[in-house]
Amino acid sequence: MKVRYFPGCTLKTKAKDLDRYARLCAEELGVTLEEIENWQCCGGVFTTATDEIATKLSSVRALMDARDHDAPLVTVCSACHNVIKQTNHAMQNDADFAKHVNLYLGKDGQYYGEAKAIHYLELLRDVIGFDTIRGKVKNPLAGKKIAAYYGCLLLRPSQTMQMDDPENPTVMEDLIRALGGEPVVYAQRNECCGGYAVLEDAAIAKKNSGKVMTDAASHGADMIVTACPLCRYNLEKNGTGEIPVVYLTELLAEALGVKEDAHDAQ
Amino acid sequence: MTHSDRLKEQILRTSGVNPLKCMRCGKCSATCPSYDEMEYHPHQFVYMVETGDIEPLMKSESLYKCLTCFACVDRCPRSVEPAKLVEAVRLAVIREKGGNRLHTDDIPAKLDDDMPQQALVSALRKYSK
Repeated sequence: MKVRYFPGCTLKTKAKDLDRYARLCAEELGVTLEEIENWQCCGGVFTTATDEIATKLSSVRALMDARDHDAPLVTVCSACHNVIKQTNHAMQNDADFAKHVNLYLGKDGQYYGEAKAIHYLELLRDVIGFDTIRGKVKNPLAGKKIAAYYGCLLLRPSQTMQMDDPENPTVMEDLIRALGGEPVVYAQRNECCGGYAVLEDAAIAKKNSGKVMTDAASHGADMIVTACPLCRYNLEKNGTGEIPVVYLTELLAEALGVKEDAHDAQ
Repeated sequence: MTHSDRLKEQILRTSGVNPLKCMRCGKCSATCPSYDEMEYHPHQFVYMVETGDIEPLMKSESLYKCLTCFACVDRCPRSVEPAKLVEAVRLAVIREKGGNRLHTDDIPAKLDDDMPQQALVSALRKYSK
């Protein structure tokens, strides 16, 4: 099976492991992530103002590509996922916004939200299935206590993301179980790490990321797993340093036995 | 139409929010991760926009403390979506000439080797036009 893939800016630079292992694991599970041509950065955050049009065109163009290939659009980065899903939702539900976007698109064609955008976790859960993944595990993560960190972008706004229960999510915990690990549930798992405010005021990132890491560690976690490069950065740079932070795809690659021995950390 | 009426109309239009839906339960502020850093809290944005008291919000540092984490949006029992008001007021400020909060020239001093591009593009989108 083939799906269209939007890697995003950070997966090509600072978060290469998130990208590389997403592709390798998907192949191992029978899905090819086909990178769309000439994709442009999603912008990192969705601007909620109703009159912001141009900042959402890169997402619309990626969605048009997926529609034209009759395949879902998959993202791994939590931020790309959030921006593209919110844009698609606006194209489907806000006729005025869709009209303005289509005026910009002009001869490139028209779009009204026909494509389906999904996160890599949804690909694993809904398309491949956790039972299939469980059957492919070569190195079970036995004895590892793993804290899934959702942060804000994967789950909210929940009516638009439609991914999981925003207050009691289970998708990452279920994946960790399928890989043979033991999920650690803790209160801060769906609270914000501080995000982009690290550039405005690093103390905000320190406070938020510190709370998340201390909470995970005090519940006995050996590590935190995330799908978001900015969450990882904030937790590592501005957290308490109690436990390591890894990408979701690294964990998956390790369990599936496709992780390369020598790899750069970022 | 007074200046403050015009501002209010602009904020309501760009945010798409109806502050009259608010029942003053305060859950938005209770759940906000930046509550301690804010001079005006999310519930105050809602009633100050409703009463047209927008200029103090435009001058406040609170505009730059919102993380757009959507906690207030998702947990509001009345679907008021306070974060969209914060965004609309911030845009009213940074869309003005000279209104940028973050300048590209400021960025090199804030960089380190690990900082993801995602942080830069997000901050530029939130803090400058």
